Amino acid sequence: MATEILMPALSPTMEEGTLAKWLKKEGDTVAAGDIIAEIETDKATMEFEAVDEGILGRILIAEGTEGVKVNTPIAVMVEEGESVADAAPKTRTESGTKPEPEPSAKAEAPRTPAAPKPAARAPEPDWPEGTETRNQTVREALRDAMAEEMRREDTVFIMGEEVAEYQGAYKITQGLLDEFGARRVIDTPITEHGFAGLGVGAAFGGLRPIVEFMTFNFAMQAMDQIVNSAAKTLYMSGGQMGCPIVFRGPNGAAARVAAQHSQDYAAWYASIPGLKVAMPYSASDAKGLLKSAIRDPNPVIFLENEILYGKSFEVPVLEDFTVPFGKARIWREGRDVTLVSWGIGMTYALEAAKKLATEGISAEVIDLRTLRPIDYETVLDSLRKTNRCVTVEEGFPVGSISNHLSAVIMREAFDWLDAPVLNCTGKDVPMPYAANLEKHALVTTDEVVAAAKQVCYR
Amino acid sequence: MAARKGAATANVSRDDLMKYYRDMLLIRRFEEKAGQLYGMGLIGGFCHLYIGQEAVVVGLEAAASEGDKRVTSYRDHGHMLACGMDPKGVMAELTGREGGYSRGKGGSMHMFSREKHFYGGHGIVGAQVPIGAGLAFADKYLGNDRVTFTYFGDGAANQGQVYETYNMAELWSLPVIFVIENNRYAMGTSVKRSTKSPSLWERGAAYGIPGEEVDGMDVLAVKAAGDKAVAHCRAGKGPYILEVMTYRYRGHSMSDPAKYRTRDEVQKIREERDAIEHVRQLLLTGKHASEDDLKTIDKETKEIVNASADFARESPEPDVAELWTDIYADA
Repeated sequence: MATEILMPALSPTMEEGTLAKWLKKEGDTVAAGDIIAEIETDKATMEFEAVDEGILGRILIAEGTEGVKVNTPIAVMVEEGESVADAAPKTRTESGTKPEPEPSAKAEAPRTPAAPKPAARAPEPDWPEGTETRNQTVREALRDAMAEEMRREDTVFIMGEEVAEYQGAYKITQGLLDEFGARRVIDTPITEHGFAGLGVGAAFGGLRPIVEFMTFNFAMQAMDQIVNSAAKTLYMSGGQMGCPIVFRGPNGAAARVAAQHSQDYAAWYASIPGLKVAMPYSASDAKGLLKSAIRDPNPVIFLENEILYGKSFEVPVLEDFTVPFGKARIWREGRDVTLVSWGIGMTYALEAAKKLATEGISAEVIDLRTLRPIDYETVLDSLRKTNRCVTVEEGFPVGSISNHLSAVIMREAFDWLDAPVLNCTGKDVPMPYAANLEKHALVTTDEVVAAAKQVCYR
Repeated sequence: MAARKGAATANVSRDDLMKYYRDMLLIRRFEEKAGQLYGMGLIGGFCHLYIGQEAVVVGLEAAASEGDKRVTSYRDHGHMLACGMDPKGVMAELTGREGGYSRGKGGSMHMFSREKHFYGGHGIVGAQVPIGAGLAFADKYLGNDRVTFTYFGDGAANQGQVYETYNMAELWSLPVIFVIENNRYAMGTSVKRSTKSPSLWERGAAYGIPGEEVDGMDVLAVKAAGDKAVAHCRAGKGPYILEVMTYRYRGHSMSDPAKYRTRDEVQKIREERDAIEHVRQLLLTGKHASEDDLKTIDKETKEIVNASADFARESPEPDVAELWTDIYADA
């Protein structure tokens, strides 16, 4: 009986991939364990093995096809004696890829024109009107930021696990070794505590290191060097010995990697005087903030997100585009409630705002972008307009950035509040593995919607 | 004096011996004064004295050249004086005053001098080791021939990051000299009670790093070993380990009653192995100096130390506004 071979998920966050190469052709006999194709994931090119033996009856997706969704049939296997003609697939499309229409996209269009729509303009844009933009993933934007800064300044270098020859565990450093060579793109042993400290020493010695942590979960091994050595030395030296260094990498939950690999450290680092903390959501912010971080004379914690790496945004085509620290971005103007978020939390905040609009609630959505410094003024200005605020973050609730924002708002704008500030955060539990539990452990769009309604007394 | 193995004295000049004597004596008198000021409540917190270990930094500084870097732990006063930092600025930092190297914001354990290439002064045991390798990394990256002296104690030698650093330093041939100041006690725990390794420097062999044991009570032996290590690094051969056998006469810090060793043990080393007395005898028996010459040096040293103490007392406390400065450098 003919069986379909489906596009595999080869990384925790892979949603689609490129069918780079077929290593078997139609009619070939395949044994279990044979490598039949090479598939490029969001992280790497992987070999794809056959699970069962049989004959490769028909190839459904031609090699070189990009954007093949996980679980799309890519080939049909037949058994011996079966003719290849029998292998007519049940689901075959002309192009080979059939992008799933977003079912929610249309349904979410506002049903009622009840609320006057806020102006569509993005307030205070980061680039001049009329600037050409290009659609880029966060991953590409981060790579470009590093490459541009490395071209600009020889003392900038990157070190970390798999950043050079492997081209980055998450492909963020792709191509950098080729352009800048092994002097400036340095593979380290697996030794976070050691190379974080070595990076700090290199910064004291006049260089501008970018230290990549494969993920920030592993940076806990390096916490002493980050906090005690990098953050505090300028102060302890009476201003003599600054530490211009960027610690960057993915932070927060990825997908199905469980408790030890899924944690948002934003609040940890943001509590340390001497550190700066950036947590971008969009590709343009990832690029502009990383360039600013590399130029900053202080230690910067740059918190990326694995799930956002593959998301695309418009990035301005400018020779030198930077985004300053401490300036929030208003993604959506609104009148009824202020949603404040940053990093991947913005995904939920923006989705919630869309849903709320269909119910006649106009939400203003603010992306803090940096968590040290924080642009309190933009939040407070918005709050004085909407009188209601919901914060959205993936981190744990206790001692969260959300808690801090609530305290600041209460102190600075108590009289403007028409409802208590509500915090939507990750749950107060270690991240579970099971798919259903994981979903519950994270903050959800529905929770944000419910919180917004609650503060609007709706 | 017990018989000494180690460096021959034939080639050492009078000037060198006099300098070693002066530099070691300055550290000892400075530390004695710091101990006094601590007792008077003028110095607070932790204060780790270097008395007994003077030959280590003085010998190694004699092997260093302009531009070489040094980084150490919290027992750092001797290192700062030996590399030429101003005793007034060091003492005023101990008293937490505006005239201190860190304007009173670092204290005994955290001082720095870009001018003298002194990179601290680090309070966390072992943390300075990867930092030292990073300084050496920067020099190699920039293409100069500087070396970095990275000092740590026998206690820090059991920290994991030391071995992470050994691995990278040898892998990348970094010009760093790891100086293990083995003063026999990690706070109150003797080396024998903390490891079964017969020697600490030999652990470098696991990473391919050469090294040797050095008599740390003999400044000439330290200088000779330092020369060898520096030559190794400058030749681009990578790191080198010196395990310098030394002894601290005082407690781990000012609040350490030092019950883990006998008075006799300390007394015996003071009498038989004291590094300053050793040079003093070389100067006298070699007819390089008279008792009067040495008395003059003693007097001058005391004056320097007294002046530093006066300065450290008179310098005002930092302005309260200093609380909020130097947290971030201007972007």
